[in-house]
Amino acid sequence: MIPAPTAERLGPSPAGSATPAVRLTGVHKSFGADGGAPVLQDINLAVEAGEFLCLLGASGCGKSTLLNLIAGLDLPTAGRIDLPLRRRPSLMFQEHALFPWLTAGKNIELTLRLRGVKRAERRAEAERLLELVRLGGAHRKRVHELSGGMRQRVALARALAQDSDVLLMDEPFAALDAITRDVLHDELTRVWQETGVCVLFVTHNVREAVRLAQRVVLLSSRPGRIAQEWTIGIPQPRRIEDQAVAELSVEITESLRGEIRRHARR
Amino acid sequence: MPGVEARPGESARRAKRGSPEDLAEVEAGLDSLDSVPVRRTPLWGRLRRKVLPPLFATVLALASWQLAVSTGVAPPDKLPSPASVADSLRYLWLQGSLFDIIWTSVRRGLLGFLVAVAIGTPLGLIVARVALVRAALGPLLSGLQSLPSVAWVPAAVLWLGLTSSAMYAVILLGAVPSIANGLAAGIRHVPPLHLQVGRSIGATGWRSAWHILMPAALPGYLSGLKQGWAFSWRSLMAAELIASSPDLGVGLGRYLENSRESIDLPGVFLGIALILLVGVAIDLLVFCPLERRVLRSRGLLTGG
Repeated sequence: MIPAPTAERLGPSPAGSATPAVRLTGVHKSFGADGGAPVLQDINLAVEAGEFLCLLGASGCGKSTLLNLIAGLDLPTAGRIDLPLRRRPSLMFQEHALFPWLTAGKNIELTLRLRGVKRAERRAEAERLLELVRLGGAHRKRVHELSGGMRQRVALARALAQDSDVLLMDEPFAALDAITRDVLHDELTRVWQETGVCVLFVTHNVREAVRLAQRVVLLSSRPGRIAQEWTIGIPQPRRIEDQAVAELSVEITESLRGEIRRHARR
Repeated sequence: MPGVEARPGESARRAKRGSPEDLAEVEAGLDSLDSVPVRRTPLWGRLRRKVLPPLFATVLALASWQLAVSTGVAPPDKLPSPASVADSLRYLWLQGSLFDIIWTSVRRGLLGFLVAVAIGTPLGLIVARVALVRAALGPLLSGLQSLPSVAWVPAAVLWLGLTSSAMYAVILLGAVPSIANGLAAGIRHVPPLHLQVGRSIGATGWRSAWHILMPAALPGYLSGLKQGWAFSWRSLMAAELIASSPDLGVGLGRYLENSRESIDLPGVFLGIALILLVGVAIDLLVFCPLERRVLRSRGLLTGG
């Protein structure tokens, strides 16, 4: 399952290279003046280029804060974040956050335009990205004409339009129904394998994490710290109902519950 | 599937289930099941629902007007008959001054409105985006919006004399606050997530304003423009009624005032009717289609 670099991609081959796509060293974050309780404490994490990593944790573990720090939308209180990359990471949220005044295709073209892609090439590139998420005919569709799953796929295509090496996803499928979510898991796995993009996926859904990731990192809550880590060897394509996925999910859920239980005694 | 015990036949089915073709098929099925069909009512349906009722109401109003006159409920020196108002209209038409009168006012109103847009738009943008300016000017702009712009007429006449400039000044003072406030309100209601996405895809500074902020705020901006036009038109009529000078020409407001001075009641009613007609026509021909278009394209329009 070595992700093949696409023709447009420049720079080093994403798979197998030892350069991390994201490196966090002693990252610390607290809000407010120095009295504020830390949200993230001493986070050390290296994400390989082309890796699929899930950040897992209960409420208050600072998952979203961590993504915002990596995205450069916020600054860490202490520590370093290294992104030896050509472009800023792209972001995907729980809400599709597509612009309702543009069609699906134009949403993608705006990202291309801001990236500096020439007008003549934008249309074809947007078509290619829509094909990639299997929405070939949706270029002229308005956002409100699309279903929740289709909107998230357009949002994925828009994120890929940034041509970044790192895709940050903040519970992107949490608001979808189970059937659609299951299909989008397959879709995301396929797109990840085809593009070789490095995915940092935040979720509180253990099965989703085991279904998708090569590596799952469990964060403790208040403050958020790396509690445990699993490397997942189950080959793709996985199914969410696979026995092996279920077994590992039970184990990880037990650890997650342990982390949550620690707060009952406080 | 390692690590999983499969019944005979099960593995074949599972293999198909994970296959790209199967995924594509399931996905296409979900897409068509979950998509929201957008239905547009046919033209005649829209005509029947949107055009006939107001037409009927107008006919009804005219009929009861005629009835009130012919039964003598309203004395003829207080309420002219519809026919006498129509006579005044025919007289203006035959005289050839009807369109001159309307155009004098409409040209002034539109020109003043366009200048108000050019001033109000950047003002609204600055008020919405710069906290200090918002704190300083926000309450003032809201206050100015509730000040009847006719109150500016005496000041404008003293500053600029009985000139067209005085008219434009009154229009601007009436319309600029509405437009600026509308845009500022539109920007206030832009979801923060859109701005966050904008930043993450590289829209900063004026590119963010042009590609994200302005289109996102368009519905609020449009209602500001609509109100701005209403205020422009109103202020202009007030100014024309009050300020009288041969240099100013005869607009609708002046025609109305001239009719009053010559105690020409049908003329007064015709003036009122024409002022109303122009206001409604601009709203119906310019702002309503624009608003419908914007709202429909965003899926914010319910029903036809």
